[in-house]
Amino acid sequence: MAEKLTLNLKELSKRTEGLASGHRACAGCPFPAIIKMILGAADDPVVVANATGCMEVVTTIFPYTAWPVPWIHNAFENAAATISGVESAYKALLRKGKIPGNKKIKFIAFGGDGGTYDIGLQSLSGAIERGHNFLYVLYDNEGYMNTGIQRSSATPFAAHTTTSPAGKVIPGKTQHRKDLTEIVAAHNLPYAAQASPSHWNDLIRKVRKALSVEGPTFISIISPCVPGWGYPEHMSIELAKLAVETKFWPLYEVENGYYKINYKPRNPLPVIEFLKPQARFKHILNRPDLIEEIQRFVDERWERLLWLEQRKPEENK
Amino acid sequence: MAVKNRKRMALTGNEAYAYAMKQINPDVVAAYPITPATEIVQIFAKYVADGLVNTEFVPVESEHSAMSACVGASATGARVMTGTASQGLALMHEILYIASSLRLPIVMAVVNRALSGPINIHCDHSDTMGSRDAGWIQVYTENANEAYHSVIMGIRIAETVNLPLMVTLDGFIISHEMEVVEVLEDQEVQEFIGERKPLYNILDVDNPITVGPLDLQDYYFEHKRQQVEAMKYAKEVIKSVVEEYNKKFGTDFPAFIEPYRMEDAEYAVLAMSSAAGTMKEAVDLMREKGEKVGLVRLRVFRPFPFEELREVFKNIKAIGVMDRADSLNTMGGPVFNETRSALYDLETRPKMMGFVFGLGGRDFPIEDAIHIIERVKALKEGKKVDMVEYIGVRE
Amino acid sequence: MKKKGWKELPEGAIIPAAPTSPEFKTGDWRIQKPVWNEDKCVHCLLCWLYCPDSAIKVKDGKVVAFDYEYCKGCGICEQVCPPKIRAIEMVKEEI
Repeated sequence: MAEKLTLNLKELSKRTEGLASGHRACAGCPFPAIIKMILGAADDPVVVANATGCMEVVTTIFPYTAWPVPWIHNAFENAAATISGVESAYKALLRKGKIPGNKKIKFIAFGGDGGTYDIGLQSLSGAIERGHNFLYVLYDNEGYMNTGIQRSSATPFAAHTTTSPAGKVIPGKTQHRKDLTEIVAAHNLPYAAQASPSHWNDLIRKVRKALSVEGPTFISIISPCVPGWGYPEHMSIELAKLAVETKFWPLYEVENGYYKINYKPRNPLPVIEFLKPQARFKHILNRPDLIEEIQRFVDERWERLLWLEQRKPEENK
Repeated sequence: MAVKNRKRMALTGNEAYAYAMKQINPDVVAAYPITPATEIVQIFAKYVADGLVNTEFVPVESEHSAMSACVGASATGARVMTGTASQGLALMHEILYIASSLRLPIVMAVVNRALSGPINIHCDHSDTMGSRDAGWIQVYTENANEAYHSVIMGIRIAETVNLPLMVTLDGFIISHEMEVVEVLEDQEVQEFIGERKPLYNILDVDNPITVGPLDLQDYYFEHKRQQVEAMKYAKEVIKSVVEEYNKKFGTDFPAFIEPYRMEDAEYAVLAMSSAAGTMKEAVDLMREKGEKVGLVRLRVFRPFPFEELREVFKNIKAIGVMDRADSLNTMGGPVFNETRSALYDLETRPKMMGFVFGLGGRDFPIEDAIHIIERVKALKEGKKVDMVEYIGVRE
Repeated sequence: MKKKGWKELPEGAIIPAAPTSPEFKTGDWRIQKPVWNEDKCVHCLLCWLYCPDSAIKVKDGKVVAFDYEYCKGCGICEQVCPPKIRAIEMVKEEI
C-alpha cells in the first residue's frame, strides 16, 4: 500500500522527469503529461507494455526512445495479453528464485481507444478476467488518430472523423460512444476509474490507488487530440477540463463494485462549451437538435452514475 | 545403438509432447485449446494442478493472446512454451513474426491440421506451411518418439540462436496414436537444456531497454538481415545439437534429412512427417521388386537445408516431392517448389514432379505410396507426367 | 550520426540504453516561444507538469530553465500558468 495516495507537484518533480525530450508527439499533445503523472505516481519500478498507436510511434522511433523505464511494444490489439505474459514470467521467476524475492515491480499497459475499446477489447477482457496484477491505462482521444483520424467506438455522437465524415446527408458519427469503463467494471475487478489530466491531483491519486491493490486495475484517461479534435495546440488541458466541467467526462471510480463520483461540478457547463472549440463538431453548431442529443446522452449517463453511487459499502452507510 | 536401457512409455504424440514439457518445466506456458492439440494444454494444466511443474500457466482467451503473452513472458528471459494447431496458428500469425524479430526463443508444438475453409479438423500441413516465412525454425517429426526428443533438442536450439522454434506432429495420425516412446530421465533433460541466457531482459529495471520500437526505412532492413543470419546460424546449431544429443543419449536422429535406401538409388521420393513412414514401407516393397528407388525424409523445413538436399540428390535422375499442402499457385506445394529451386544449380539437374496428397486428413494408404513411386519411375523413363499430380482425390 | 550496419546493431531491434530521444532535437518545430519571467514565477510547477516535451527544467522543486532545444512552442505552459501570476508569455519565434 502506498504510504499516502496524494502527492504534490514538488514531490512529483523529484520522482520523475517523465518521458525524455526529443519524442515526436504533436506540439500540445497531452499524453506525455499523463505519462509523467503515472511514472511519478508509482512507488516501485515499473515495466510498461504499449499498444501500437500514437504513443508507441512517437516515443520510440528507432534508435531513439523517450522511455526511462523498461518498455515493450508487441502489436496493436494485445497490450493487455503482452503485459499478462510479462507479469506471469515475473511470478514464475520469483517462485523459482531466479529473481530476488524482494524485487517489487509494477506492470502497466498503455493503449489508446482503438487498441482498447475496439481491436484490443478481447485481450483486455481476458487479462482482467485472469486476474493478472497490472494496471491498464487507456488514453482516450476518441478516435484512431495514429492512422489519420478515423472513428472508433469511443468517438462521440456527431463528431466528424475521416470515416464518419460530416456530409451533406449524414452529420458525422451516427452512434454514441461506448461506455468502456462500465464494460471493464463488469469484470468485477478491484479498481476501475476515469480521470483527466486537467485534474492532476485526482489522476495521481487514482494511479497510486490502482498500483496499491492486488489484481487487475483500469484507468481511463481523456486525452484531447490537437489534429483529431481540431483546436489550438495550447488548449489540450483546457479542453480536458471542459470535458469534466460539462460532465461529458465524469471523474469517478469503481472500487470493489462501489461507485464514487470524485468531482461534481457545482455549476456544470452545458456540453456545447466542450464542443464549441473543436473543429470536429463545427458542422453541428447550427444543429440544436444534435447538440441536444449529445446533452441528453451526457445527462442520462450522469444520472445513472448518481444512481449507481447510492449503493454504499456497509461501513459507510 | 542403445547406450543403456531407456525407460519406455506408451504415449500418444500429444502425451509425449506434454511429457517433454513436464520434464523441461518451462517458466511460462500460455496456451489455448484447439483440436487436435487440445490434449497438450489439458495434460500440462493437470501437471500444474498436481504440482509436478512450477510453471506459470496462463490459460488465455485466444491463440492471439497466447502468442502475445508468450512474447511478453519471453522478453523477461523466461523459458516459454505453447502449443496449437491450424486456425490457432493462423490467429497467431501476426505475432509469430514479432516473436522472431524480437529474437525470442519460444518453443511451440504445432499439431498439423488443415486450415479452414472449408473447416476440417484432420491432418495436413497447410497451417505450418502458411507460417513458413514467419522466421521460425520448423521441425517436422515422423512419430511420437521423434516429437518427444525434438522438443528437448528444440529448447537448446532455439535458446542458442535466439529464434523461436516449432515442432510439428501430424494431427490425429501422430497426436492421437499410441506408440512406444523412449524417454530420458528428468535430470538428463534439465542438464541438456541448461539455463536460458537471454539477449535482453525487460525485468531489469535498473537498466531499462526499449523492446519493439518503431523501425522505419533507416533500420528495418538491417534487422531483417540479422534474422537471415540467425537462420544461417541455426543450421550450424541444429547440426551440433542433434549430434550432441545422439552421442549423449544413444539416439540416431538425423539433423535435417533422413536418407532411406538412397545408396544406389536412381530415383527417389522426398516426403515429410508421418507419410514418410508409409513411404519407407513402399520403398521396401519396390526394392523387393528390384526397383532402385530411395526416400529422403525432410525433417527441417526452416531453415531450408538446400545444401543437404543437393548433396543427397546429386546423382538422382528423377525425384517426386510430396506436399501435404497446396500453394494454390497452380504449381504444387511449397516443398516441391523450394526443393526444385534448391536443385536448380546441380550439374546434372534431375527431373522433378510434385505430388499433393492427404489434404484435410485424406488417408494416405500404401497403395498410394506405391503409385507415387511408379509415377516417379515413369518420369525417370521419360514418359509423360504432369508437373503436379493429385493423389487420392476423386475426379 | 553514422547509421550502423546489421553487423553492428544489437539483435532483436531493441534499444539497449534508454532514453536516447534527446539526441533528436525538436526545437525547430517551434513558431512561437515561451518567455519565462522568473521574478513573477511562484514555482507552482504546473508548467513543468503539463509541458509535453519535458522542456521545463525543475531543480529542488523550482523552475530553473526552459529548454529551447526541445520546446515545440505549444503554449500549454502559458495557458496553465495561474491567471494571477502570468509568468510565461508566448512570443513569436524569430528566425
